[in-house]
Order: sequence, then C-alpha cells, then structure tokens
Amino acid sequence: MATIGGMIEVLAAVLTYVALAAAVWSAVLVVVNKPIELREWHGLWLYGLVILLELGLLGQLVAGIVKLSTEDRAIETATFVGYLVTTVLVPPVAGFWALLERTRWGPVVMVVGCLTIPVLIIRLRQLWDGHA
Amino acid sequence: MPDDLATRTRSGPGRLLIAVYAIFAVSATARSAVQLTTHLGRAPLAYLLSALAAVVYIVATVCLARGDLASRRIATISILVELAGVLGVGTWSLVDPAAFPDATVWSDYGQGYGYIPAVLPLLGLWWLRSTSAARRQADAG
Repeated sequence: MATIGGMIEVLAAVLTYVALAAAVWSAVLVVVNKPIELREWHGLWLYGLVILLELGLLGQLVAGIVKLSTEDRAIETATFVGYLVTTVLVPPVAGFWALLERTRWGPVVMVVGCLTIPVLIIRLRQLWDGHA
Repeated sequence: MPDDLATRTRSGPGRLLIAVYAIFAVSATARSAVQLTTHLGRAPLAYLLSALAAVVYIVATVCLARGDLASRRIATISILVELAGVLGVGTWSLVDPAAFPDATVWSDYGQGYGYIPAVLPLLGLWWLRSTSAARRQADAG
C-alpha cells in the first residue's frame, strides 16, 4: 500500500502548511486588533482556510484508519485513532469558541487551535514510526 | 464592556485560558482512557494520576466556561488541586523515577507538554483573581 502511505505523507505536509497559514493569518488579526468577523473578507478567508483544514483532517482520519486496517504494524491502535479523532475535533471547536469572542482574543484562540494541529500530526507520525 | 461575572470570566484572556484548558482536558482524558483500558498493570500509579489530572482539567474547563460564582469556586479548588498535582507529581517523578515507569501529564513538571501544565494553574488563579477584583471595582464605582 505504498500509494496510501505516500498520499498520507503528502496530506500531512499539506495540512501542516494549511494549519500554519491559518495560524499566521489569525496572528495578523491579533496584531491589527480585530475580532473574527465573518461579514468581513479577512474573517471569511480565515474560516475558508479552517474549513479546508477540517476537510483535509477528515480525509486523514479516513486514510489513517484504512492504513491501520491494511498494514500490519505493532503500534498502539487506540492512541493512534485517538490522535486522529482529536485532530478532527480541534478546528470546529476552536472555530466556534473563537467566534463567540468579540475582541482580538478570538483570533488568539484560533492561533492556539491551529498550532495544535501540527503538534498532533507530528505525534501521529512518531506513533506510526514507532518511537512514541 | 461585559459586566456580568460569567461573561467576564469567559471573555478576553479567559477565552484563551478556557481553550487551553479544553485542549488539556481532551488530551489528558484520551491519554488516561487508553492507558487505563489497555495496560493498567504497567504503571498503575502513573495512570491513576493521569486520570485524576484529566478529571481536574475537565472540571476546570467546564467551571471556567460557566463562570458563575459557584462555578468559579469549584474552578478555584480544581485549579489548586492541579497546582498541587503538578508540583507534587513533578517533584515525586524526579525524586523517585522508578515509581513512574510511564509518564503522566504532570511528570517532570509537565516537561512533555512544554511545561504548560505548570504555568496553566498560575494563569488560571491569576485570571480568577483579576476578574473578581474587577467585579469589586465595578461594584464600588
């Protein structure tokens, strides 16, 4: 299943960049002192990125489970799936929580939420490679 | 400006604080659930402490997000337990590493999580304190 493995590697890299881009964009909103505002282009673009990220993470969840079931690896399945599911939960929860805030602390929440994604992806990689 | 206590507790820096508590609630819960169900025997003490940490983080997250007077009291207690836990377990894990064959969230003062577990309770207590001080000020003015 080299193709699925290769696909997941590319996906993980792309998701890391998308998450970092969303984090940087949120940080810009923090610096210019704006809340997340979906009626403004800057808020819409940010949430477009976050939705893109979420779709990719859902893809990663499916691909990861397929990979688990097709390859025989001595890894902690429950932990691996736990991380996959957590990645999928972070963007919607952070997005919701950030949107409730009407000050610059909203995008701060998005920065933190987006930065957890690369961390989780690194942990997934470590688990898969077996030096967890 | 938000003027009621609950809104003030979960607004501004409080919004971020609750988000970080939520992240720790999820990660500690997931971690201890896996540990307790799949290999409790390997390091029972560490895993039970992980579970305790998970409960503390969940209670703190929920109570900070609710933010009313009673919830803030419960949040304060759970954050104090958290502080005692990270200091106690952190010290214990350094003095007697043999007691911890596997790490907990609080091992080595939360080193595995960038020491955030050691800083978080201080920020939590500071936030509870500063929002209640603001309330006294608002009441006086």
